Amino acid sequence: MSEHGVVIIGAGQAAAQAVLSLRTEGYEGPIRMIGDEPQPPYQRPPLSKKFLAGEIGFDRVELKPAEFYASAGCELLLSTRVAAIERPKKLVLTGDGREIAYDKLIIATGSRVREINVPGFDLEGVHYLRSVGDVHDIQSHFKPGAKLVVVGGGYIGLEVAAVAKKNGIEVTVLETADRVMARVVDPIVSTFYERIHRAEGVVIRTGVTVDGFEGEGGRVTRVVSGEGESFPCDFVVVGIGIIPNTELAAAAGITVENGIVVDECGRTSDPDIYAAGDCSNHPNGIYGRRLRLESVHNAIEQGKAVAATLTGKEKPYNQVPWFWSDQYDLKLQIAGLSTGYTQAVVRGDPEHGRSFAVFYLKDGVLVAVDAVNRAPEFMMAKLLIAKHAKLDPTRLADETINMKEVANA
Amino acid sequence: MTKVTYVEHDGKEHTIEVAEGLTLMEGAVKNMVPGIDADCGGACACATCMVYVPEEWLAKLPAKEDMEETMLDFCEHSQPNSRLSCQIKATKNLDGIRVTMPESQH
Ligand SMILES: Cc1cc2nc3c(=O)[nH]c(=O)nc-3n(C[C@H](O)[C@H](O)[C@H](O)COP(=O)(O)OP(=O)(O)OC[C@H]3O[C@@H](n4cnc5c(N)ncnc54)[C@H](O)[C@@H]3O)c2cc1C
Ligand code: FES
Repeated sequence: MSEHGVVIIGAGQAAAQAVLSLRTEGYEGPIRMIGDEPQPPYQRPPLSKKFLAGEIGFDRVELKPAEFYASAGCELLLSTRVAAIERPKKLVLTGDGREIAYDKLIIATGSRVREINVPGFDLEGVHYLRSVGDVHDIQSHFKPGAKLVVVGGGYIGLEVAAVAKKNGIEVTVLETADRVMARVVDPIVSTFYERIHRAEGVVIRTGVTVDGFEGEGGRVTRVVSGEGESFPCDFVVVGIGIIPNTELAAAAGITVENGIVVDECGRTSDPDIYAAGDCSNHPNGIYGRRLRLESVHNAIEQGKAVAATLTGKEKPYNQVPWFWSDQYDLKLQIAGLSTGYTQAVVRGDPEHGRSFAVFYLKDGVLVAVDAVNRAPEFMMAKLLIAKHAKLDPTRLADETINMKEVANA
Repeated sequence: MTKVTYVEHDGKEHTIEVAEGLTLMEGAVKNMVPGIDADCGGACACATCMVYVPEEWLAKLPAKEDMEETMLDFCEHSQPNSRLSCQIKATKNLDGIRVTMPESQH
């Protein structure tokens, strides 16, 4: 590598990891990180958890103190958007007209919120949640007795509902599907979370499609459903999924198919360009197929794999995906992917308790777990999934058998 | 400020003044001490922030909550003196504490 060194587009979780790992792997050349947000890389999970709740400040959300980048010899170009990648000249063009040359380029542009395209979408008081700025906007409505409608019963929407409820806000969650978190968990888990939220006083309405927002004086006051129902509100938080930021790559002719296509080491179809994090689509050997994941673990591990590759090592990323969500006193930990499971085995009592696990088996082989306040089940399952362990469902469900013994049939 | 000495697996030491209220995990991560990955940022969800605490300091630490206890129970390099550093806040009575990092957090 010569004088231009590594340029990273995006300044989020994967980008920060790449800088750290490039240096620990011994890379000594220049690094430039270009991000369109004003802050250096920060963690997003607290944005719908402790940071939204006001329990921690931004100093505990940022990934590294700003001085880190200087001491690591990484030039930070913040509030700067990359407008194009010019592969023939090996440079990126910024929105403000600068040309930045690279020897190797890492695309770590993450994802953006999916916007809701219904009348009234631009009324004041309709918010999304992706950035620190969004949190401040949402918090400005946190007054006891205020009415919040959350559009979308995914994990972000439900986390916001839990925090808002704790702040004395009246919360209604509207979900189009017939159950919450339908995209990620089994009905057993959905039913459990609906019970918990209702017990906490949150109104959960499933099978409700939002058709529009209505307001007065430019501010939202009602959410209207396709079924003709009207839900009064002072503010709205929309959480209906994300879209990977792949346009830059696609416009530059890099292969994109549901994410920027990379191999286990983060290489794209251009040998000088790598991608990591939410924007990428990688092969997973454990499941034998390609995945596009939206998780911190994925961003960190891909950041590490790219850094290793750039320093001439091979450290392919091939792990069991995992994720967590905090709502009230409940920690949900998900390992693996349940897609295509043939049997769900419950350990514990989701109907009455606040702690249980659901194991997903595909033809007897463990492929995933959803664990609520159940660290042993989560930790053990993570190991067993990687080994394609075939498990006896009756032993899995039997709480008198310790998780460490479950696999020893 | 609480003085914390982090000892890498190979014996290399890092002594850091950690602001009170921050966790020992944050003290390490924010000061580029290698050996603590802390993937989940302190949510007690990942168990990649494990440290070993010497006998004389163990008793001064607040007791483990269930979640920490059970996560540790299933960690690869876990020992009886293991703790998750994201669950330990820097306080005055921990001034001078030494913790050791495992060879790897996976
Ligand atoms: C509210 C919320 C809660 C979450 N909770 C969890 C959780 O509990 N557990 C979990 O594992 N994951 C969680 N996630 C997901 C996790 O935060 C993401 O998967 C992770 O941040 C992905 O990292 P990344 O580096 O790929 O992208 P990001 O962290 O999003 O970083 C990408 C950056 O690139 C910037 N960018 C994009 N295009 C350009 C451009 N053209 N020029 C310059 N900059 C650009 C973006 O603005 C952004 O700053 C949560 C996400 C959100 C929003
Ligand atoms: S940082 Fe994840 S458990 Fe401590």
